[in-house]
Amino acid sequence: MIPELGYAATVVGFVLALYGAIAAVIGVRTGQANWLRTGERAAIGVWLLITACIALMLYAFLTFDFSVRYVAVNTNRGTPFYYRITALWGALEGSIVLWAWMLSVYTLIVVVRYRRRQPELYPWVLSVMLGILAFFLLVMSIPAPPFERLSPIPPDGRGLNPLLEDSGMITHPVALYLGFTGFSVPFAFAMAALLVGRTGDEWITITRRWTIVAWYFLSLGLLIGGWWSYHVLGWGGYWAWDPVENAAFMPWLTGTAFLHSVMIQERRRMLKLWNLTLIILTFGLTLFGTFLTRSGIIGSVHSFTQGSIGVFFLAFLALALLGAFSLLAWRTDGLRAQGELDSAVSRESVFLLNNLFLIAATFTVFFGTVFPLLSEAVRGVKVSVGAPFFNLVNIPIFLALLFLMGVGPLIAWRRASAENLKRNFLKPVLAGIVAAAVLRLFGVGNVLVLTAMALVVFVAGTIALDYGRAVRARRRSGDGWGAATWGLLLRQNRRYGGFIVHLGILVVALGVAGSQAWQIQTEVTLDKGQSVEVDGYRTRYRVRFDGLSASEESNHGKVTGTFTLTDGRGKEEVLSPGRKFYPQEQTPIAAVDYRLGIFEDVYLVLGDFARDGSQATIKLQVNRMVSWLWIGGLVLTLGAALAILPDHRKPA
Amino acid sequence: MIRFYSALAVLAVSAVLSAPAPAAVPVDERVVHELAAQLRCVVCQTLSVADSPSETANQMRQIIRERLAAGETPEQVRQYFVQRYGEWILLAPPKEGFNLLVWVVPFVGLGAGLVLVVIVLRRWSRNPAAAAPSTPVDPAMRERIRREMSGGGHP
Amino acid sequence: MKGGWLRWIIPAAVVPVLVLLAYGFWTNPREIPSPLLGRPAAPFVLTTFDKAPLTLQDLRGKVVLINFWASWCIPACYDEAPALERTWLAYKDKGVMVIGVNVQDTEEPARKFLARFQHSFPNAPDPRGYVAVEYGVYGVPETFFIDRRGRVRFKHVGALTDETARKRLDSLLEEPS
Repeated sequence: MIPELGYAATVVGFVLALYGAIAAVIGVRTGQANWLRTGERAAIGVWLLITACIALMLYAFLTFDFSVRYVAVNTNRGTPFYYRITALWGALEGSIVLWAWMLSVYTLIVVVRYRRRQPELYPWVLSVMLGILAFFLLVMSIPAPPFERLSPIPPDGRGLNPLLEDSGMITHPVALYLGFTGFSVPFAFAMAALLVGRTGDEWITITRRWTIVAWYFLSLGLLIGGWWSYHVLGWGGYWAWDPVENAAFMPWLTGTAFLHSVMIQERRRMLKLWNLTLIILTFGLTLFGTFLTRSGIIGSVHSFTQGSIGVFFLAFLALALLGAFSLLAWRTDGLRAQGELDSAVSRESVFLLNNLFLIAATFTVFFGTVFPLLSEAVRGVKVSVGAPFFNLVNIPIFLALLFLMGVGPLIAWRRASAENLKRNFLKPVLAGIVAAAVLRLFGVGNVLVLTAMALVVFVAGTIALDYGRAVRARRRSGDGWGAATWGLLLRQNRRYGGFIVHLGILVVALGVAGSQAWQIQTEVTLDKGQSVEVDGYRTRYRVRFDGLSASEESNHGKVTGTFTLTDGRGKEEVLSPGRKFYPQEQTPIAAVDYRLGIFEDVYLVLGDFARDGSQATIKLQVNRMVSWLWIGGLVLTLGAALAILPDHRKPA
Repeated sequence: MIRFYSALAVLAVSAVLSAPAPAAVPVDERVVHELAAQLRCVVCQTLSVADSPSETANQMRQIIRERLAAGETPEQVRQYFVQRYGEWILLAPPKEGFNLLVWVVPFVGLGAGLVLVVIVLRRWSRNPAAAAPSTPVDPAMRERIRREMSGGGHP
Repeated sequence: MKGGWLRWIIPAAVVPVLVLLAYGFWTNPREIPSPLLGRPAAPFVLTTFDKAPLTLQDLRGKVVLINFWASWCIPACYDEAPALERTWLAYKDKGVMVIGVNVQDTEEPARKFLARFQHSFPNAPDPRGYVAVEYGVYGVPETFFIDRRGRVRFKHVGALTDETARKRLDSLLEEPS
């Protein structure tokens, strides 16, 4: 029953989306509003149908309906309740449903918000969004149907991939997809602007908040992915330059470039062509990301299964990129820069450099990711391109970006005088140098880490300087402390929202630099009662093996080791890393335990053990500053929230 | 249930069997780690042998340790693995031949981009402006002006 | 900004990238060609489960089939096990040696595996993974075919079938010593 209903909903949805996309175009070309109305109704209908699909699927999960193949493959009778819900997006077919649903929600928001406000652009935006929806519904109908019937109905399902039974995996795809799909709205507006010929600044102003929201969710998704990797996979790291990680990182890089370069277009009316190129590139990269994950052409820890789905995605990617870029090429005449510059030392040039470095990083990541394919095509030899390469090339670029992050917000537009430079940057630069010197005294030898720390202090200094001056000025003109500090943030929420986001990036950068610089790891076999000692940053840690215990959970067996962690101050804590044995998996899955701290994490993985509990092999790691990555995520959230607040001064 | 305990048994004896053998020449663990970080773990996807928690990586690290202890240089150990697994086992392609492309192209791209930026900046500053103010107005000042203009200034 | 044909550079630049990605459909990222083909097989010294010594030296002059397996390798190793035994029985008198090497395993489940399929050819454990690394083994099961002169000639990844084994062994047997 459910498979058939769901499948019907999918196919009807596809037809409806396609119809709506065409109807909207007919409506705007013929001037007949009725066509546009039916297009809108189609959009509502598509949302209803996809929501129905999700409801059906959830119902199937919750009632153990193994006649649906997707349910049978991804859960079994022992799968806990909440994972049965999140299993919806745990595998290929379901993830496409989630993506499509988000797109349909965004389309609805576009309908509600812009049908009166932007009568000229709106029909085209609607058409593009419905067109993208039609593609995903097509994928749901043909190569990756979530509602395939399984016959005969098995008594029990296979079970969710154990690595996905985790809070990180519940939230990571949701955040990531909200980011990916979010970029389709600015893209649709860009296409509309090109098609209509209104390639001025309007489409940018309209989509400003969309861009920030999409960018924010993408950043969040990446950080959560890092968190999941860190606390589940058992290798103590958060980023491996895996091809699919790269594929999510690239749209973030171009999205960041886009976020910044639109500011130039808004203020100075320049870079129009470039901004259009960037949003097309960003949207294309979001498609490329899903293509890479699902086509299996590059092996990755993320790869879902293969099939013909890769062909579909590649075809759509080709259509979108070639179509959009051709449209752009056709319309370049209307894109003249309207501003001038006095000096190469100005905010404009800083923004240009920002874009340059971000695009360079994107290109590097892209080239490194597809190089194995290229090597095979040309030489017939398979090579690997991994962390050593990406780190080597990208680190200087990121350091340069950190520097620009400090310079950009404070340097003058058009031309920065020497006076302006000195006033804004002298103290922060000095602070940065002092910070590096202090760290050197404390024994930090790594040049890259010193540079990163110096830059972080520099940027923080510029932010503090600017904020401090603004607060002082407001105080001088009579504001109370509340209005001068908090009120200032709200009045100029875009500027300060941006600053806080920059602060968030700084915190993340601190976390990255710190965790790369210091890491202590040891592997040792302990007898019961035996301890191992390891030096942390400021304290000595002792880990004592106390024993093993076995337990049976609903869908797996577990062996847990009990370890007592003592730090130099005598504070004790019990850590329980374990190994989980799932019947459907060949090898056991590690369950890591850790003690998180602001500056240091102690990370424990249980390896082999003696059955009688007399011996255990552990991998003990002391990681520094990793928590700052997650704290940075929180700061980012605050900054983004502030930045998208409605402006107090102008009516919305 | 049976499978659970047999798996337990598997790992039980593994613990005994995988105890490391004593080394002949003292080996710097950092060198082992460095070498292992350059090799790709063959059963994981993009993790290095240093990072991977898998049994295969374990064994490979032990082999690295033993070969270093026997007096081999890091380069020789690296070659040992390349001869058996192919170039693929190196996490970054050796800087020779066709593989030079991947090392060089990003920097060439960056350089080309810089040139482009310079060209664009030149083009933009072809007409040095007349109307723009020479010093920027900073936000605090702007705020003050706004207040004074709206007539609600301070004494 | 640009005139005439220059503006079409970007759409045109996208095409080779798409072509490269399309090429990706024809390749399998998990299949890595072995650099050992045509080179002398690495010598090994093993002790079988029956406590008998087993070295490659002893097998000079014979065509050798080395199969790497593990008891936890489900289902592939279980699928190919009967084929291996059949191949051994068919070829043992023709100058062919079949050897099983057990990797990353423990004794009890390995013996159980052998008992289940009643392998009559020598099987030896490789507890430290030395032999597996010598042969560049990525995973299990993998099978190597070595000619009479001791060179590795073929590598088969995944479960071995009767036909593949027969084809390879026959072609190697035809060669002069």
